[in-house]
Amino acid sequence: MLQKLTQWSRLKSPWILHLNTGACNACDIEVVAALTPRFDVERFGILLEGTPRHADVIICTGPATRQMKDRLIRVYEQTPDPKFVMAVGACAMSGCVYRGAYNIIGGIDQLIPVDVYVPGCPIRPDALIEGVVKLLDKIKKGTK
Amino acid sequence: MSFQIPIGPQHPALKEPIGVRVTVDGEIIREADLRLGYNHRGVEKLAEQKTWTQNIYLMERICGICSHSHATCYVQGVEKLMEIEPPKRGLYIRILVSELERVHSHLLWLGVAGHEAGFDSFFMYVWRDREIVMDILETISGNRVHYAINAIGGVRRDLDELQIKHILDSLEVLRQRSTYYQKLGTTEPSFVARLAGVGYLSREDAIELCAVGPTLRASGVPMDVRKDDPYAVYDEVPFEVCTADSCDVLGRTVVRIKELLQSYNIIEFLLKNLPTGPISVRAPRRAKPNEVISRYEAPRGENIHYIKSNGSDKPERLKVRAPTLANYAATIKMLKNGFIADVPLIFAAIDPCICCAERSVAIVDARTAQERIVTMSSLRELSLKTAKHQTRKREAEWPL
Repeated sequence: MLQKLTQWSRLKSPWILHLNTGACNACDIEVVAALTPRFDVERFGILLEGTPRHADVIICTGPATRQMKDRLIRVYEQTPDPKFVMAVGACAMSGCVYRGAYNIIGGIDQLIPVDVYVPGCPIRPDALIEGVVKLLDKIKKGTK
Repeated sequence: MSFQIPIGPQHPALKEPIGVRVTVDGEIIREADLRLGYNHRGVEKLAEQKTWTQNIYLMERICGICSHSHATCYVQGVEKLMEIEPPKRGLYIRILVSELERVHSHLLWLGVAGHEAGFDSFFMYVWRDREIVMDILETISGNRVHYAINAIGGVRRDLDELQIKHILDSLEVLRQRSTYYQKLGTTEPSFVARLAGVGYLSREDAIELCAVGPTLRASGVPMDVRKDDPYAVYDEVPFEVCTADSCDVLGRTVVRIKELLQSYNIIEFLLKNLPTGPISVRAPRRAKPNEVISRYEAPRGENIHYIKSNGSDKPERLKVRAPTLANYAATIKMLKNGFIADVPLIFAAIDPCICCAERSVAIVDARTAQERIVTMSSLRELSLKTAKHQTRKREAEWPL
């Protein structure tokens, strides 16, 4: 019963943490655009949180710069279980145009496990919503 | 005793994080120090490994909000190096996109300012209307954020009659809404009172610290690259340089709203006087050994690219001076002798656009040398709490 309730609340209110690991801002403003009236993800119960300790889903943008490496891992460790990671944008997936630069790791999945990838440079807000829906499906099916 | 909250520096509205270290005496800031480099990706070095054309797309991805600014600044420089002249129609479309970008960037900033001042419904309204500009940009270029409209020697996409009509129609809506926000902002006493007098930067300081863009113009210095050193077709376009004399965050808001209205006029002028002809010329693959400095008025201020070529198809050196960097010195001056609660507002007011990754503020107590790190979001809460109990500055006026 309790488990059912937790599962239900987890699906109905995924709180997200937005973490910029060296992105060029494009994905970041699109993530914010997804929260504003045109797209309005809050109707799905998605709420942007300021701290990793309150979040269920970490939305990572950017190719992970060397400076951010430790901080990204630390934020991941601070997020309470069960936690899910979305790599948003082409940089977060593989490094995109910065691939080959000396100061980037090239992809979030080099550092932490990623559940959903959202491609695009930058992503469209609709793509982000689609990604969240896919993640929720995944949680529902219990594959994670 | 000191306590620390490690990053978790996310902030719902402003996506450009930065570290500030402020020394406080009670509530008043005595010293401020910036922490940079979290977003250093090595773009300048990477540019040396890519060809002239590939670099357009790299330059675009320096920043997502002013992507066209960096791309245009770079392309203008390369065109000078290659000694080619883009056709008139190409230049008109290029400037059209840059003005649309200014509109989207200023609307974005206006929303953020509303959010930082605790006026969240304003934020939502402005961002709803920002979607109109995003739609226009999407019809022109096919993408919402990185437009990729520039090519060396012109632009990549042409405009047709239907698109022009769509832009003009949407522009009418935008103009109406902006005028409404202008009225709303001027008659909302708590909003005006929150912004007036915050982050004071005198005219002399602004000049001495080399501030740029709306930050400089809000201190009463009418400096704008579009007017002072017209690039592309700005010498043909009638517009005014907008300034304010109040030298505070309110002034910076006023300058941006005025610039919005100016930009609508420029866009209308460009569309109505769009010349016919080709949109681009063929560019050579290599550039002769030379060096060039390219200036561009980005939404945040003057953007400078220095490009050096060595005769090959790649640049030998590419140096980017983004407007936010020029404004950092002025920001520190603005923060001094202000309140801790005003930090987010002052910071938002320069519209920081360098994508660093830490948004935490380390507060050092000047008397006990105690140090604590707080997140920007808790700072914002503090800011709202402080502002709530402040007596309203009744005499504050909207200097439009």
